[in-house]
Amino acid sequence: MYADIYDKIKADPEFQALVRQRRQFSLILTAITLLVYFSFILILAYAPEIFGRPLFEGSVTSLGIPVGIGIIIMAFTLTGIYVKKANTDFDATLNRLKDDVGVKHD
Amino acid sequence: MIKLFLLLSFCASLFAEAFSGEVEKQSLNISAIVMFVLFVGATLVITYWAAKRTATTKDFYTAGGGITGFQNGLAIAGDYMSAASFLGISALVYANGYDGLIYSIGFLVGWPIILFMVAEKLRNLGKFTFADVASYRLSQKPIRILASFGAIATVTLYLIAQMVGSGKLIQLLFGLDYEIAVILVGVLMILYVAFGGMLATTWVQIIKAILLLSGASFMAFMVMKNMDFSFETLFATAVDVHPKGLSIMAPGGLISDPVSAISLAIALMFGTAGLPHILMRFFTVSNAKEARKSVFYATGFIGYFYMLTFIIGFGAIVLVSTNPEYLEAGKALIGGNNMAAIHLSHAIGGDLFLGFISAVAFATILAVVSGLTLAGASAISHDLYSNVFVEGKTDEKKEMRVSKIATVCLGLVAILLGITFEEQNIAFMVGLAFAIAASANFPILFLSIYWSKLTTRGAFVGGSMGLATAIILVLVGPIVWVQILGNAEAIFPYKYPALFSVTVAFIGIYLFSVTDKSQRAKNEEKAFEHQFIRSETGIGSEGASSH
Repeated sequence: MYADIYDKIKADPEFQALVRQRRQFSLILTAITLLVYFSFILILAYAPEIFGRPLFEGSVTSLGIPVGIGIIIMAFTLTGIYVKKANTDFDATLNRLKDDVGVKHD
Repeated sequence: MIKLFLLLSFCASLFAEAFSGEVEKQSLNISAIVMFVLFVGATLVITYWAAKRTATTKDFYTAGGGITGFQNGLAIAGDYMSAASFLGISALVYANGYDGLIYSIGFLVGWPIILFMVAEKLRNLGKFTFADVASYRLSQKPIRILASFGAIATVTLYLIAQMVGSGKLIQLLFGLDYEIAVILVGVLMILYVAFGGMLATTWVQIIKAILLLSGASFMAFMVMKNMDFSFETLFATAVDVHPKGLSIMAPGGLISDPVSAISLAIALMFGTAGLPHILMRFFTVSNAKEARKSVFYATGFIGYFYMLTFIIGFGAIVLVSTNPEYLEAGKALIGGNNMAAIHLSHAIGGDLFLGFISAVAFATILAVVSGLTLAGASAISHDLYSNVFVEGKTDEKKEMRVSKIATVCLGLVAILLGITFEEQNIAFMVGLAFAIAASANFPILFLSIYWSKLTTRGAFVGGSMGLATAIILVLVGPIVWVQILGNAEAIFPYKYPALFSVTVAFIGIYLFSVTDKSQRAKNEEKAFEHQFIRSETGIGSEGASSH
């Protein structure tokens, strides 16, 4: 029953642009997450002593602590960035598209 | 209400009996029991309230789709912060220091990926279970059978691990017999799920998440207060008293070789994105926007929680390992390393706070097993019964009845298996659950969303190959083959099979899809276009119009 609407939306160049933008944005954030995490894992596998080094001259706190906490904070921050962008920019465009084809939205 | 009251007094009498038996060994009981009975009472009232609002299958599976992003975020965090992760990760930090943090990070990084790749698509395409999404444009029968098999296997393995863990923990904390503890957990979870469905399960999860986060926050705060709010002091004191000395500040034996490291990472990342009880939570919110918010809040709560467990683990090194009150003669912790956080709660807050944390640990178990049972019951009633056995020729009432019967059966199976596996080595079970989720559930879900050329044949054959590979490699790997079956050497040398089984699944799905030249395959590719637009826009999705 939505077939006509789907075809209409699909033909809309603005929809195509939105999909492209959104996919690019997701892929960049995914790539950052994977890159950071797998670098972390590979350092652990090949050169774990790096993370055991003292954070500064004479400290017990090792370099690995801020790196680890940093990854946790990064994960949260990236989800925040994504949600902000998706719930404002992307959704605004999407709602405009929905208006064009006469679909209700909130 | 009378039933509830009877049950409450039943619980109370159970505890009273245990209490009189083991007072000496468990000096904590009174406050723990009072708080636990309060929790059970409150959750049963919620179940009663939810039961009156659970009339349709939509209510039962998704709480009517009316949960907000924030609530769902808390509930997801609740699903994820099990007693095993609270006690287990703080125990790992207590024993090995830094390694505990590595483990937590692995569990956390799956979340951003879920958000960027699957959360909103899942919400836009699905109805009740992830099999709805996987079978959206493919043949219902084979895909639902495979997906529900993956779901039930994951849920059962997870349930056994939780049941055995809970039996032992409750035995330790409250002095109850192992069997009674397992039966009590099983009965309460059947009540929550069968009567209150997703609405009760969600609120139990939310309450427990708040209790656990507050309790853990207080513990971390008190630890830091003891250390004048200086991490350097905390770490320096810990290094001074820990038998491993300075090496607790560096990566230890958790990650031994690159293959295991990457394999574990893949299992945790893709496994999280393939856990049926987690995926199901995305259908409880009204739209993609709320689905996104759920992950944002969940990631925040889970990340914060892992930081707390890290501080708690170090706090236990400083405050518990130095206090003979918590140690056996050989300097080992009374009750084992998993009790590190529990002993710490006593060290900083006395009997009262120990009671609180014990009750929270019990609540955590109850909430997690309820979520699992609901996901398993949904796979049975919605996927297997409704869409496979009777091929959609059913009505709400019948499906509801089947889902309740399934809940009771799963609960009984969980109790039985929990008792059977008491003395068994179950360390491999959560790992196997993640491996199956990563190798069977995730690949078919992911490719059905993104890859237009996915066919029923490809998904079924490739998904089965991934599933079989994961199971076989765990069976012939070091944990089952050597530690449990007693063979001298493992046929498959790595503990975590995900790197191999996930690769097998993706290659299998690819090969059996692209070589599928049938008419059905052509139709499935054609159907992708509309599925794609729905996944991107949410137009036509469940709940978009109703309610």
